[in-house]
Amino acid sequence: MKYNEPLIYEISSPGRIGVNLPVCDVPESELPADLIRDELGLPEVGELQVVRHFVKLSQLNYAIDKGFYPLGSCTMKYNPKINEDVARYTGFAGLHPMNDEDSIQGALHVMYTLQNWLAEVSGFDAVSLHPAAGAHGEFAGILMIRKYHLDRGDVSRTKILVPNSAHGTNPATVTMAGMTVIELPSDHNGDVDLEALRAVCEGPEREHIAGMMITVPSTLGLFERGILKIIDMVHQAGGLMYMDGANMNALMGIVKPGELGFDVMHYNLHKTFSTPHGGGGPGCGAVGVNSKLKPFLPMPWVDIVEPADHEDEYPLYGFVKPEKTIGRLKAFHGNFGMHTRAYAYIRAYGGEGLFEVSKHAVLNANYVRSQLKDTYKIPYNRACGHEFVIEAHLDGAESIHALDISKRLMDYGIHPPTNYFPLIVPEALLIEPTETETKETLDEFIDAMKQIAREAKENPSLLTSAPHTMPVKRLDEVRAAKQLVLCCAPIMKGGTVE
Amino acid sequence: MAKLKFPSDLKYARSDEWVRVEGDIVTMGISDYAQDALNDIVYVDLPSVGQKFSKGDSFGSVESVKAVSDVYAQVSGIVFAVNDELSSNSELVNSDPYGEGWLVKFKIEGAGDFADLLDASAYEEYCQNR
Repeated sequence: MKYNEPLIYEISSPGRIGVNLPVCDVPESELPADLIRDELGLPEVGELQVVRHFVKLSQLNYAIDKGFYPLGSCTMKYNPKINEDVARYTGFAGLHPMNDEDSIQGALHVMYTLQNWLAEVSGFDAVSLHPAAGAHGEFAGILMIRKYHLDRGDVSRTKILVPNSAHGTNPATVTMAGMTVIELPSDHNGDVDLEALRAVCEGPEREHIAGMMITVPSTLGLFERGILKIIDMVHQAGGLMYMDGANMNALMGIVKPGELGFDVMHYNLHKTFSTPHGGGGPGCGAVGVNSKLKPFLPMPWVDIVEPADHEDEYPLYGFVKPEKTIGRLKAFHGNFGMHTRAYAYIRAYGGEGLFEVSKHAVLNANYVRSQLKDTYKIPYNRACGHEFVIEAHLDGAESIHALDISKRLMDYGIHPPTNYFPLIVPEALLIEPTETETKETLDEFIDAMKQIAREAKENPSLLTSAPHTMPVKRLDEVRAAKQLVLCCAPIMKGGTVE
Repeated sequence: MAKLKFPSDLKYARSDEWVRVEGDIVTMGISDYAQDALNDIVYVDLPSVGQKFSKGDSFGSVESVKAVSDVYAQVSGIVFAVNDELSSNSELVNSDPYGEGWLVKFKIEGAGDFADLLDASAYEEYCQNR
């Protein structure tokens, strides 16, 4: 494969065109002179050039359809192609967000049913599909918690407890919602430090605790063993419990967060429920709530507005406004294309199938962990959920960092794991194989990791200068962060890149 | 670890800030251990002169290629000076964390309480056991 594909501006030639515009079939009207430009700065290329250019770029892309993608916390599972077929049904894909509710009853049925399935999977009373991504779901959840306290006339509860192992989005969400974070330490087992939690819950901040955000299994991939005590302590102090459901792939059919006592959680449909992600969206951060928070759900929310007359008929669905709603969080009805894909996924697997998904996700992670535990340091080496953390420190290879191992994995054709997260593990590599990989693929990854550990000791420069087989070699991350200079501008004006 | 420096004339916080007390002026920065753990620092967010902080407040953040970390006031006071040089040369925090890489100077309000801070040898031991 040729790697040095030029920018599309660099293959531009003056006067070359790829499209013949149709004859204008509406009356022409003059644009105001001050809105007309002479130089548009568009590339001038033929159709075949455009096709080849983008096909080559797509070949440079890495995707789950191309190789193993153990990116911890992101659940890069295979997305079955039937999801794509369903999302492309004309009755779904051809809808307009301004359609009358009467004309989109099929779509509303899908949303209503998906809401209920998600509620059942996690043991909640109601689910809204409105938020567009995980952090958006967190935001919805924390706004509901805030409004719940304000609605009771309690204005003093403005603080949210967040463990130091949390996803960075958790404290960011709290701040976005106008509240403040109380950070909780972890104990030596990687669980929340219960004594520190007790001190906060029984200390001077007790009356200010609005709630707690916690990820289960934790970002270390470990089931939080004190979770019932944690939920009880926070509830006793008057706070509500938010579960970050990013790691739900470990729990389906095994644990229902609503039954544990959580008041609200978000689901990442683009992780657990197999809607595509990577590249920034669109996603769906559905939120599930118990009866306390149900009146506060974001709007619009799908409900039955007129029951069916007979069992074999459909009811009339509509968008409704929950009684004390926190309001809209985005335009229209959420990312509906994600709802159809997640619906197809759940429909294809069924309840038993989702249980199998989680069992295999956990089994695969534990298999890889057990095979690597003698080669790499695993700081919290006990049975894990769907992912586990390596501390990328190798005896006899002190100069090697997590980043070097990640970069070297690319030479083996494997997407690197998440590195430097969670923050409580130095040189962290967070590995999440997912349930959709075969044992052969897992073994290839294990072999690559063991081979890299040998290379680290015998020929460390192989790692520190990696990758060697990629279109671009080791990037200067410091310069990339400090010099935010895009290089297209001079080329658009007919110049060249330095 | 052995190559990291822990000057004995400074006090250290468990959250990895160092503190130099000179009369009622307190200079703060991040320790050699912290800059080493963070790796290349690309951006430093500092407060404005005149801003007031209580002990324990976050007064800014240090961003590396790996993570963004808050830095916490180890004394209550008013910002007396900030290291403007870091806006264009954030790498000074890596190359000289106790000298040219200082972050802020506070003018102490009230009696400074440094009882919870560690001396150099205690902090070094603390770092070795993490």
